[in-house]
Amino acid sequence: MNIDSIQNGVVIDHITAGCGMKLYHLLGLDTIECSVALIRNVGSKKMGRKDIIKIDAAIPVNLDVIGYVDPDATVNVIRDGQLVEKKSIPMPEQLVNVIQCKNPRCITSCEQELAHVVRLTDREQKVYRCIYCETKAN
Amino acid sequence: MRSVIDILDLTVEEIDALIATACAIIENPDDYAEACKRKKLATLFFEPSTRTRLSFEAAMMELGGNVISMASASSSSAAKGESVADTAKVISCYADIIAMRHPKEGAALVAANNASIPVINAGDGGHCHPTQTLADLLTIYREKGRLNDLTVGFCGDLKFGRTVHSLINALSRYTGIKIVLISPEELKLPSYVKKDVLQKKNIPYVQTTSLEEAMPDLDILYMTRVQQERFFNEEDYLRLKDSYILDLKKLENAKPDLSILHPLPRVNEISVAVDDDPRACYFKQVLYGKYMRMALILKLLKEASE
Repeated sequence: MNIDSIQNGVVIDHITAGCGMKLYHLLGLDTIECSVALIRNVGSKKMGRKDIIKIDAAIPVNLDVIGYVDPDATVNVIRDGQLVEKKSIPMPEQLVNVIQCKNPRCITSCEQELAHVVRLTDREQKVYRCIYCETKAN
Repeated sequence: MRSVIDILDLTVEEIDALIATACAIIENPDDYAEACKRKKLATLFFEPSTRTRLSFEAAMMELGGNVISMASASSSSAAKGESVADTAKVISCYADIIAMRHPKEGAALVAANNASIPVINAGDGGHCHPTQTLADLLTIYREKGRLNDLTVGFCGDLKFGRTVHSLINALSRYTGIKIVLISPEELKLPSYVKKDVLQKKNIPYVQTTSLEEAMPDLDILYMTRVQQERFFNEEDYLRLKDSYILDLKKLENAKPDLSILHPLPRVNEISVAVDDDPRACYFKQVLYGKYMRMALILKLLKEASE
């Protein structure tokens, strides 16, 4: 499968196979105008299978979301067809308005203006919890 | 601004200091009779609660302070759609400290994040109720003289009981604690509490369905109510409910210095005949709750003024 290389934009590589679609939605890539490629189950020497997302525009990407969904993913920033930056994103300590608390008894369920905030409570198990009701977010 | 939303907001050292203050108040109440003179406690109770509210109000009055309150949630601005954040900002203009109960989990944290005065969580749904845990800890301390090297049994509804989870969390920070979990299969302690608290901190624990079998080992027995609405069918409830009713017969195998606690209200899970047994501590627990609330109000107002 061939996807054109991009001139200016971001390539999110080494996404754990199966996590690409979640990342695509949480980054809001389904709502932007530019070309975006989500490639699933690509063969990888290192990982066996992986997902890749290519964004063909120099838009700001919420890196915390990448660290939350898959801290093993790498972010490659492309300018004028050249790789200018490659980095991995650590798990963020907290995420604001990315994950909605699903607990119907949580205060966020009835106060619409309240920010939905989840905080990392167990780095080893990658557990995030709502700061208000402590419901597990993932 | 320092607030107390969860029992874990307080360090072990702070809890020990609160217990020391509560004991000092018990010994010399007159020394504290004007400790909060000209200070106002606002009790914001968005759902009905008689005992906790009265306990906070009595605590503030015994410190020489005043209490302002709303008649009921239905007559408050919340009923008109005001957010918890706005309510906290407004009440901060009237009072020096807030005690708040709200049916939604996390409401007290929202209030604390927006108030310019300390907020004490007096219960946020099924989430936290730290002053109940403080009352439990003071009761254990007064009865046993220590908070370590104890075998503590929790009996009844361990699945939904927020007081149980909170007390387990608090006790897990002391040494030599052993936990005995006594409940029907349907109401066992959630696995995340076992994993995140007991296993993580290497607290030895056993699970059993038999109160009688567990009884001889216990230093503390923390009773909770097995509520019919927690069961899927009435048959299971009827089969199990009597197993978790504490009566004098079940106490025959208990240690002579066992302490029986209950967060109250009691319905039928402790026989009235047990009330006269010297091991029954649940009414003293109510009184200790007031003293711990006094100690906490004092601490937070002092910190706020520094």
